[in-house]
Amino acid sequence: MRAAYILFRRELALAWGGGGGPLLACGFFACLTTVVPLAAGGDPNVLKPVAAGIAWLALALSSLLSLERLFERDLEDGALDLLATGPLPLEAVFAIKAVSQWIATGLPLALTAPVAALALGQSIELAPLTALSALIGGLGFAFTGALGAALALGAKRGGLLIAVVVLPLFIPPVVFGSGALDRAAAGLSPLSALALLTAYVLFAAVIAPPAGAAAIRSAQG
Amino acid sequence: MISTLSITDLRLARGERTLFSALSFAASSGEAVALTGANGAGKTSLLRAIAGFIRPEAGTIVFRETDDEPIEADLARAHQVHLLGHLDGLKGQQTARDELMFQSQWLGHSHHGIEEAIDTLGLKPLLDLEVRKLSAGQRRRLALARLIGSPRALWLLDEPLSPLDARWREVVGAMMVRHLADGGLILAAVHDPLPIPTRPLDLGTGR
Repeated sequence: MRAAYILFRRELALAWGGGGGPLLACGFFACLTTVVPLAAGGDPNVLKPVAAGIAWLALALSSLLSLERLFERDLEDGALDLLATGPLPLEAVFAIKAVSQWIATGLPLALTAPVAALALGQSIELAPLTALSALIGGLGFAFTGALGAALALGAKRGGLLIAVVVLPLFIPPVVFGSGALDRAAAGLSPLSALALLTAYVLFAAVIAPPAGAAAIRSAQG
Repeated sequence: MISTLSITDLRLARGERTLFSALSFAASSGEAVALTGANGAGKTSLLRAIAGFIRPEAGTIVFRETDDEPIEADLARAHQVHLLGHLDGLKGQQTARDELMFQSQWLGHSHHGIEEAIDTLGLKPLLDLEVRKLSAGQRRRLALARLIGSPRALWLLDEPLSPLDARWREVVGAMMVRHLADGGLILAAVHDPLPIPTRPLDLGTGR
């Protein structure tokens, strides 16, 4: 347990130190949602119905940004070898890295999401739900994204490969997340969509660690 | 604690190429083995195979307790094996202190081990510097510190002395002598001889 805490604290320090990855993701997110009204015209009647969808699309894309660094750097500088000779199995190392990716990137993005959706014309009552669903979805993005990053280890142009592998896996959370917001906007209960979103996240959290650990082992061999 | 490492009929391959086959040797506590051989003979691969990163094509790698009972390989690797290669896992943007603390704590530090590592390897003036500002020799000393910071029986070292000057080579030699006296094992891939008595193991010419 102590080892898990030590690794978790270190991963957070690395994510926040040196380059400010989380701020970068939030900035990218803000840029994306700013470009949409400029491209589609500023008419609130056009933007309001698609605000939730655009916010979720931007969320998914912003979550991709720091994935390339998640394992690739550790493989290049030997830190992955060090992590593999530690007391925790690689599956646990993978899960800890995914959770710290969520805290470092998903949490700031979840806080940015309501602001961006508001700017696109979403009503303010939906802001808490937007943040909540983005937070839950972010955990799913972190686990599936980390799996993609592990699978792309050692590949040339890994960043692009990660995007191609991972974006299809991001479709379900995007559908359920924006669906929850749409239902709430229409005055229906968003709980069913949130439940599906949570189910997807739990599924990803169970499947990704063993698969990711296997991918890392094959990259180390 | 690991007291014997025995390797029987080991065959390692990288891709299609067989590095070596039918390699057998045993090392027991208090013994240092110097692994020599030409570039590409498979020294690093052998160390990585013992550390569990490369699956052998054939043969076995067994760790044994003092009472000759085999230790489960994963367990032995998770708690009793140090692998220190060319890549030290140090992060450039972190301070030397952060890195030393993390590496030692992660691998299971002893309470006074970290202090001792700082003293032995003269790291005190370096602790507040970012790792990227260290010279190659200073960086290697920082990486070697985890050997003392977290006591583990088997040291797998890949060219441990290469960037060090004569003074620090001697210090590391003394570190190794003490580790062996405490019942540890060392397996080091080297081109220059180590400053301690070793048993040679030659992997041949490579190709």
